[in-house]
Amino acid sequence: MNSTDFILAASESANPLVPNPWEILVTGVGFALLLFIVVKVIAPKFEQSYEDRVTAIEGGLEKAEAAQKEAEETLAQYKAQLLEARTEANRIREDARSEGAQILADLKTKATDEATRITEQAQRQISAERTAALSSLRTDVGTLATELASKIVDEALKDDARAQRVVDQFLNDLEAQQNAGASN
Amino acid sequence: MASEEGGFVPPTVSDTHLPEIFPWLAEYGTGFGKQMLMIVLSIVLITWFFTAAIKNPKLVPGKMQYIAESGYAFVRNGIGRDIIGEKNFRPWVPLLFATFFFVLLNNLFGAIPFLQLPSFSHAGSAYAMAIIIYGTWIAVGLKNHGIRYFKLAVVPSGVPGWIMPLMIPLEIISNFIVRPLTHSLRLMATMLAGHMIVMLAAAGARYLIVVQDNLAMNGLGVLIIAGSVAMYFLELLIMVLQAFVFALLTAIYVQGAIDADAH
Repeated sequence: MNSTDFILAASESANPLVPNPWEILVTGVGFALLLFIVVKVIAPKFEQSYEDRVTAIEGGLEKAEAAQKEAEETLAQYKAQLLEARTEANRIREDARSEGAQILADLKTKATDEATRITEQAQRQISAERTAALSSLRTDVGTLATELASKIVDEALKDDARAQRVVDQFLNDLEAQQNAGASN
Repeated sequence: MASEEGGFVPPTVSDTHLPEIFPWLAEYGTGFGKQMLMIVLSIVLITWFFTAAIKNPKLVPGKMQYIAESGYAFVRNGIGRDIIGEKNFRPWVPLLFATFFFVLLNNLFGAIPFLQLPSFSHAGSAYAMAIIIYGTWIAVGLKNHGIRYFKLAVVPSGVPGWIMPLMIPLEIISNFIVRPLTHSLRLMATMLAGHMIVMLAAAGARYLIVVQDNLAMNGLGVLIIAGSVAMYFLELLIMVLQAFVFALLTAIYVQGAIDADAH
């Protein structure tokens, strides 16, 4: 038959609602096969790819967050250390200042004490020397007076001129003694 | 054409029933034909594209991987998660994915020159898909609720008792008889209508330009070709839309079977 006859022949019976059983079979089996492939191969791969991406992005975010947290912690640590160092420096400076003041005060006290000690020693020496001088003087004056008196008494008994001479003699002697004492 | 002397004869549904490929030029319905070849081709293409695109998945996807992932995510999140719900949608993603892309590609075949035949304009394929989905959601209902599922599916809650004799038959007809029919016929009819428009425009334009001697008629034929370009884009839209509707309804039926006791 030629094609025109074929079409005319077919047009008499064609009803769009009447299915071709072979097409039902091919479509049904074909779709079942496609579904099998999708279930076994395609869908798992797409889900896996999606999961991997989610994991990668979330992992990246977490890593970044961790890094930032660490940086913040380090910064806080540095700040704390800096503060500590400043406090320490201040403390050392304070210590040095108070120590210096202490040393100065000590030295002053020591100097005062030394001066007092030296003064006391000098006074003690002076008073000892005065005592010695006094006792020596007392002995000398007694001796001299006794000598003078005995001489006066001795000469007076002879004559007035002599007495005069004795006195002079005594005074000269005294003078000479004094000079000798001075030259000594 | 034999009809050329007797005036214009529009193409009919029979013109979508081409002679078989195996046996070669055998009468339609007796062997393996172009429509079945395209069903097989669609399975091969879908399998090839999505396995090739995700073979070496990259964290930052390439163009092909991006397109494939967008398509997968559209079905997974846009149809599966939004309709079935966060809790139960995961096992249903493969079914929805296969349904959507199987129907979509077979529809788009109608817009590709030389293929130029939407597979689902043949009722058999549409019935096959609808039967598979029908069996699936009834099985889901029975698995989740036991035999009580049929009561849940046909007895509406919160309706006064006296209206039940009216409601229950209506629900039975609506859920178990009309639903698979509309599911399949909606797809078949839109695809067939689109295909018929293409055939009508082609046959009409050919008749007006080649057979008629009148210049005005020839000009009209050119106008029809121009108009059919607009129809072509409308058809593209309908092809995508119907694939989406088919997958969306699949998700809605499954969701209804899972949550039959929730209303």
